[in-house]
Amino acid sequence: MVILWTDGLIFTLVLAIAISVGMMLRKPHFKRPLAKITQSKTSMVSLVILLCFAGVGLLDSVHYKDSRTGEIISLLDHVAKPLTEQTERTYSAPFSAYLYSKEMIIHDDGREKWDYPRLKYGAAHLDNPAQQKWPDILSKAAIGLGKGVLLALLLYLVFWMIRGRKSAEPYRPASKAALLTLFAIISLFYMLAYLSHWYHVLGTDKVGEDVFYQTLKSIRTGLVIGTLTTLMMLPLAIGFGIMAGFFRGWVDDVIQFIYTTLNSIPGVLLIAASILMVQVYMANHPEQFASVLIRADMRLLFLCLILGVTSWTGLCRMLRAETLKVREMEFVQAAESLGVTRPTILIRHILPNVMHIVLISVVLDFSSLVLAEAVLSYINIGVDPTTYSWGNMINGARLEMARDPVVWWPLSAAFLFMFTLVLAANLFADTVRNAFDPRRAEHG
Amino acid sequence: MAEPLLQVKNLSVSFQQDTVVDAIDFDIYGGESFALVGESGSGKSITALSVLRLLPNNANIQADSIALKGQNMLTIPEIDFCRWRGRRIGLIFQDPMSSLNPVMTIGAQIAEVIRLHFTLKPADIEQRVLELLQQVEIPAPERRMQEYPHQLSGGLRQRVMIAIALAGRPELLIADEPTTALDVTIQAQVLALLKKIQQQTGMALWLISHDLALVSNMADRIAVMEKGVIVETAPSTAFFKQPKHPYSRKLLAALPDIRHCLGKTATPSTPLLQVNDFKVWYPIHKGLFKRVVDHVRAVDGVSFSLQQGKTLALVGESGCGKTTLGKALLNLVPATGGRVWFDGVDLGQLSDEALRRKRAEIQMIFQDPFAAMNPRMLIADIIAEGLQALRPEISAEQRRQKVLHLLEQVELPASSAIRYPHEFSGGQRQRICIARALAVSPKLIICDEPTSALDVSVQAQILRLLQDLQQQQRLSYLFITHDLAVVGEIADEVAVIYQGKIVEMGAARQVLTAPQHPYTQTLLKAVPELKVT
Repeated sequence: MVILWTDGLIFTLVLAIAISVGMMLRKPHFKRPLAKITQSKTSMVSLVILLCFAGVGLLDSVHYKDSRTGEIISLLDHVAKPLTEQTERTYSAPFSAYLYSKEMIIHDDGREKWDYPRLKYGAAHLDNPAQQKWPDILSKAAIGLGKGVLLALLLYLVFWMIRGRKSAEPYRPASKAALLTLFAIISLFYMLAYLSHWYHVLGTDKVGEDVFYQTLKSIRTGLVIGTLTTLMMLPLAIGFGIMAGFFRGWVDDVIQFIYTTLNSIPGVLLIAASILMVQVYMANHPEQFASVLIRADMRLLFLCLILGVTSWTGLCRMLRAETLKVREMEFVQAAESLGVTRPTILIRHILPNVMHIVLISVVLDFSSLVLAEAVLSYINIGVDPTTYSWGNMINGARLEMARDPVVWWPLSAAFLFMFTLVLAANLFADTVRNAFDPRRAEHG
Repeated sequence: MAEPLLQVKNLSVSFQQDTVVDAIDFDIYGGESFALVGESGSGKSITALSVLRLLPNNANIQADSIALKGQNMLTIPEIDFCRWRGRRIGLIFQDPMSSLNPVMTIGAQIAEVIRLHFTLKPADIEQRVLELLQQVEIPAPERRMQEYPHQLSGGLRQRVMIAIALAGRPELLIADEPTTALDVTIQAQVLALLKKIQQQTGMALWLISHDLALVSNMADRIAVMEKGVIVETAPSTAFFKQPKHPYSRKLLAALPDIRHCLGKTATPSTPLLQVNDFKVWYPIHKGLFKRVVDHVRAVDGVSFSLQQGKTLALVGESGCGKTTLGKALLNLVPATGGRVWFDGVDLGQLSDEALRRKRAEIQMIFQDPFAAMNPRMLIADIIAEGLQALRPEISAEQRRQKVLHLLEQVELPASSAIRYPHEFSGGQRQRICIARALAVSPKLIICDEPTSALDVSVQAQILRLLQDLQQQQRLSYLFITHDLAVVGEIADEVAVIYQGKIVEMGAARQVLTAPQHPYTQTLLKAVPELKVT
C-alpha cells in the first residue's frame, strides 16, 4: 500500500463530505432540502453519473506496489491490466484491425508491400477482418451487454435484499430514474470492458496506448484538479471576502490591496515560476522522489495549490460585495442589538447567506479548472507529461488534428468524458442550490 | 344611467393554478372617481394591469368582455392596442422613482409620450410639455423640464408621472397606489391635484388603494376586493355610513383612529430613558485628502425622556432622522455627541462589555419583517439567538422551553419553532420579531415603523399585541412612525421631529388635538380622515 499526497487528500475530502452529509441528515431542517434533492430526477441522474466518475477516480487513487514488477500501480491499473499491456505501435482507429499509418510489410514468402499492417492485439483473432469484423463486434457487444445486464440485475437483487421487505412502498420516479441510469451505465460499461479484450474501443494513441484506458485514468486527474484546487481556494476566498465586506475600514483596504496586487500579476507567470521551482527542487532532491509516479503526483498537488492561490480573487471580490449587501440587512442589525458577538454574526448570519455564491462558483470553476489544466499543459507548465489527463490528451490533439486523415478519437474521447462530467456537475449543483435556497424553496 | 366608460364583465386572472382574480364585474362611468380597495394580495393591481394587458405572459386572463366605451378591448390586436395605452387610458404607478428613466430629462420623457400619440411640430410639443407641467403645478416649469428625475423630490416626481399620464389626454386615468410612497403632507397635495385635474378635464379616475381614509376623501364609488373577489360595490357615502359586507366592516373597524388618544389618561411614572442633546452627524468628505468640510446633521441635539411602561412616539416624515435616532440609541450607528441615561445608568460611562449587556435591555423591531430575519435560520434559533449570546449558561432544553413560551406570548403555534421565516405571512413574521426582542427581557423596545409594511387589519392586531405586552411586562416603547393615526392609537407621549430636531413634544392628547408648532399643524391637517357624513 502506497499513499500518495493527493490520495491522502482525496480520501480526507471524501471522509469530510460523508461526515457532513451524515450530520446534516440528523437535523430536520437539513433533511428537507436533502429530500428535495432526492426527489428531483435530474439531480439523481447526475448524482449517479458523478458517483460513477468518483468511483473510477477513487479506484485509481488506491496505489500499491506491484509485487511482480515493483512498480506503483493503482487498483484501476490492476483491473484494466489487459489494456495496459496491449499496446500497439502507433495510432489505430476505434475498433480497427489495422494500424493508421502505412508500413513496409514483409510477407512470409518474402514479398514486400507498402500497406496498413494488422494490429498486434486489436481484432487479432480474426482471419479476415474485412468480412468478419462487424458481425464479430456485434455478437461480442451483444454478449457483453447481456452479461452487463445480468451483472446489473444481480447487483439490483442484492440491493433489493438489503433494502428488503421492510419497506414495501413503490419507488418514486426520481429513484427509478437513478436506478435506471445506474443500470444503463453498468451494462454499457461492462460491454465496453468486454469488447476491449479484443478491440481498442476508443482506438490507440501515438505510442499505441489504448485511449479508453487513458480517458479512464484522466478521470482522477480531472477530479483532483477540480476538487483540491477548490479546497485550497475556498478558505482564502471565503475568509478574506467576508472579512473585507463585514469589517470594512482598514481590513477591507488591506485585503483589497492583496487581491488587486495578486490580480495584476499574470497568473500564468506565477504558475510557471512556481512549477519551475518545484522541478528544480525535485531535481536537487532525487532521494525524496523515488519513482516517476511520486514526482508526477507532487507536481499535480503543487499545480492545485498554485492554481488555488491564483484563482481565489474572483470569488473573494464577489463575496465581499455580497457581504456588503447582507451586513446592511436588518437581521444583522437585530443580532447586533441582541448582543451577539461579531465573529458569531459572521459565521451564523453572513456566511450562510453568501454560501449560494460559493456553491455556484465552485461548480463553474470546476469546469474551468479542468480546462485551465489543459491550457497549462499546452505550455508545458501543467501536469507532468507522464500523467494521464484530458489536458494532455487535448494538447496532443493539436498535432493529431493537423494530420491527414484526421486522428479524431483521442480528442473526442477526452471531450466526451469531460463534457459528461462537467454537465452532470452543473446539473447537480443547480438542484442543490435550488433546494438550499429558502426563497426558491417557496416555489417548489 | 349612461353607458359606462369602462365595463368589465366576468374577469378572471390566474397564474398556473393560482387564481388571483376570480370572476369580477365592475363599471366605471365617465367623469367619476372609482376606487378599488383591498389589502395586499387581494388582486387589485393585477386587475388594473390585466385591463391594460400589461401582465407577464404566464398570466391567464379570461373575461366575457372588457369594453371601453362599448368597444371590446379583448378583440383588439396588440399592435393597435399599443395606441390605446397612454392615449385613451393613462396609468400612474406607486413608485415614481422607478417609473421614470433616470438618464432622460423629465421634459424629454413627457415629450416622448406626446410625440407617440400626436403629430405636432417640435415647438408645439415643447409648448404642450410646459402646459402639462403647469397643469400639475410644478414650480418654474421652464427650468424643471431640463432636469433629471434624481434632481426632483418624491412629490415632484409623482407630479411628473401624472403629467406623463395626462399627456395623451386619456379618458380614464388609473392611479395604482399613487401616494403610498410619499409623505403625508405631499400625499395631501398630490391628491388635491388629482382631484382638481379630474374636474378640469372630466376624465374618469380609477383609484387603487389600500387606504380607506384616503379613499373616503377621493372616491365617488367604492369596490372592496378580498382574495380576488369584489365583495361589495357601493357609492362612497352609503359605504362609509353602512358597509354591508362583513369584510368591509372589518376593514373599517381595523382603521386606526387618531381620536383614540382622547381616552388616554396620564399616570406619571419613573423615567427609564433620558436622552440629552443627542447628535448623529455624518461627515461630508471632499477633495484629495478627504477633508471633512461639513456634516449632514441627521439628528441634531435631541433631548427627551421616556417613562417606564409608557410609549413615546417619534413622529416625522421620511428623512427627518427618526430612524437614525433609534439606531444610534442602539449603537448600530455611532453617535456624535450627547448623553443617554438608561435605567439610571449613564451609557457613556460603561465599558464595552458592560455596554453590550446593558444595551441588550433595549431592543428593536424593524419596519420590514421580511428583511429582519435570517432566511436560513429556523424560527427557534432566531428567537433563541439573544439568549445564546447573553446567557450562554442556559441549557438547550431551557432555551427550547423559553422559545415555546415566547411563541405562545405572541400568539403563534408551537409548531412554528421548526419552520423557516419564508413560511410565514408579514404579520406573523412581525410577531416572531417581537418574540425575538422579548427573549432577552428588554425594558425598552424601539419600534421602527413596525406596522407600515403590513395591511390595516394585521396592523390593528400587532398594535393590540404590543399594547397587551406593555401591560403585562411594563415595557416601554419608543415608537417611530410617520402615521399619525397609529400614534393616536398607541402613544402616551408624542415628539414631532423635523430636520433632525424635536419641534414639539408633549402628551399625545395635547399634541394631536391642539398642536402648537406650525409643522405639527400641517402634518395633522394632511392626514386623510375618514369622512363619515
